[in-house]
Amino acid sequence: MKQLYLELGWLPRAPQNFAARVKSLGTSQGPLGREIQSLAASALDLNQLIKLAKAIDKARAAGASLEPLIPFRLAILSNSTLDLVAPALVASAARHGIALEVIQPAYDQVAQEALDPYSKVNAAKPDAVLFALDYRALPLKLSVGTGGADAVVQGAIGYLQSLRNAIKANSNALCIFQTFAAPPELIFGSLDRVIPGTWRSLVANVNEQMATAVFSSGDVLLDIATLADTVGLAEWQDTQLWNLGKFAFSDSYIPLYADHVARTVAAVRGKSRKVLVLDLDNTLWGGVIGDDGLEGIQVAQGDARGEAHLAVQRLALQLRERGIVLAVSSKNTDEVAREPFMKHPEMLLKLEHFAVFQANWNDKASNIKAIAETLSLGLDSFVFLDDNPVERGLVRELLPQVAVPELPEDPAWYARTLAAAGYFEAVAFTEEDIKRAGLYQDNAKRAQLQQQVGGVDAYLASLDMTITFQPFDAAGRARIVQLINKSNQYNLTTRRYSDPEVVAAEEDPSVFTLQVRLADMFGDNGMISVVICRPNAPTAWEIDTWLMSCRVLGRKVEHMVLREILQHARAAGIEKLIGTYRPTDRNKLVIDHYAKLGFTQTGTDDAGNTHWELQVAGTEVETAPMKVVSRGFDVTAEPSLA
Amino acid sequence: MDGPQIYSRLTDILRDVFDDDSLEATPELTATDVDGWDSLTHIRLLLTIEKAFNIKFSTAEIGKLENVGDLARLIAAKR
Repeated sequence: MKQLYLELGWLPRAPQNFAARVKSLGTSQGPLGREIQSLAASALDLNQLIKLAKAIDKARAAGASLEPLIPFRLAILSNSTLDLVAPALVASAARHGIALEVIQPAYDQVAQEALDPYSKVNAAKPDAVLFALDYRALPLKLSVGTGGADAVVQGAIGYLQSLRNAIKANSNALCIFQTFAAPPELIFGSLDRVIPGTWRSLVANVNEQMATAVFSSGDVLLDIATLADTVGLAEWQDTQLWNLGKFAFSDSYIPLYADHVARTVAAVRGKSRKVLVLDLDNTLWGGVIGDDGLEGIQVAQGDARGEAHLAVQRLALQLRERGIVLAVSSKNTDEVAREPFMKHPEMLLKLEHFAVFQANWNDKASNIKAIAETLSLGLDSFVFLDDNPVERGLVRELLPQVAVPELPEDPAWYARTLAAAGYFEAVAFTEEDIKRAGLYQDNAKRAQLQQQVGGVDAYLASLDMTITFQPFDAAGRARIVQLINKSNQYNLTTRRYSDPEVVAAEEDPSVFTLQVRLADMFGDNGMISVVICRPNAPTAWEIDTWLMSCRVLGRKVEHMVLREILQHARAAGIEKLIGTYRPTDRNKLVIDHYAKLGFTQTGTDDAGNTHWELQVAGTEVETAPMKVVSRGFDVTAEPSLA
Repeated sequence: MDGPQIYSRLTDILRDVFDDDSLEATPELTATDVDGWDSLTHIRLLLTIEKAFNIKFSTAEIGKLENVGDLARLIAAKR
């Protein structure tokens, strides 16, 4: 998982047309902030960061408005080469909503710049000064075993303190101090940790004392020592680059370092995120509660998949304890979605931990907007965690202010990925923070969702979907049987059939069967819908089975399926489709399925089943934006492209 | 990867690093021919090349480079 940090794995990959979009910034009219932030929102490599920074600096120099980015002037005092770091900072800051201007004095002028009231840094009156020092900048004389180690540490702390006091006196800027990454070369080996005066021991002591001093003074701490530990000291410390160009750490980690500085600056400006919105199925537990049921979902200790999802719950709970507000947005029936929280013994998260619980069948962008309104918080306070790339894409597209981390395939890394993104970076921790999650909860009522965010159709079109229809066949049989026996929610009749019964339907020429697959730009969803129509009267088909995977809800798949059924019905001389909705405790989702598709209700029986019909002649179904492939139907052979 | 392929990759990298689409990697090209090719950009160029070709230069090799021809030969030798 080294790549997670190296390549900023929580960010989407840079768009193909990145360079062209950066170029066109120069010719744009009006405020550039949104486009710049959108360009910065992906995982950029060093060269891309530099390119974007150049464009930002150019736009600023030309007097262009960078709104709504918040201006921030950061001076950097360093004993290393900053020429590649500074532009990376400017571009990374835009990712976090900051229009950063870097004040960069000449190389290795730390003390001079701090102490001279007329120095470049002090004269510039920056908002903050970053002491980007590494261990080589400290007046640390190795004194292994001589007993003077304490004095050496005190000397280093005193030096840092004097720099701070000078900046405070001369420009009164906020001071940001970095902890120090130790060099990996040991003198004794394991004993370096305990023998006073070794690098390891000196650096550890300086870090400890400096962090304490910074935290109590109102200055800001940037824990580079932990960052270097996280990626590995041997990866971080690059002696060749130090020798060649006085780089304090490996160039590979400049994007990561820059993002850490940027999130700290954003936190100083109050731009940290405050709310974590969680998906449920395959995010907080493994499996789909509506289909797998309480016993079927994976969320137990002792089960590898379950433990991965429990780790997400544990992290969410820890975030809540420090004041992050939790909410749920799930495509589910409300009661079904609440069940695990109330009844599953292994769940760490309980209903009372959520300020807002949105389980319904609306698109998630609308839901998140409703949550934001309920909490009276801006969308730029939100983080949305969802395993489904289509949901992530939709929210990013419609609500670009919301942070949506990319997630790897394996849920084992979900919690780490969320944590690595650093959305909730804090520069202070107060009583208020601890109470915050509770406060929002008291105020929040369950949001009522009426209005829909516009643009869903446009988003669907951008998914580049291909829907494939085929009759039942041997290749699809195992999955057909599985879907018939597992689907609970989007299932009109919940009729379960065994393998031989499916074979019988497949082989009976009077029975019309459909297996439906859906692929999109994110990949192949596989088989997602199954339909069986049996002859009723000579000219009518009874829809015996119609089910769909909830993963593709809201994509108008059901409309396209009806369209396909109608085409085959016409070709077979069928005049009428008859549908039945048989209610179970799981399939409330489809209670209006036939009404929405234009069927007319013909009755309700004692068992609560509703009956519907649709005339084949004259019925036109609106097409959804997807490519249609229809194959394997020997009798009718319609044209494959609608 | 043969010579022409290396030069074509180098052309892409030069254009990317120096942000100049008119650059062409030729054996005779040196730092003095290119705007903005200073000691720092030189390091950035070499780091980008290391990543693109998945190779690592030694400090001594970096010190000996005179022109793009040297660079291309070094890349070819390392692959």
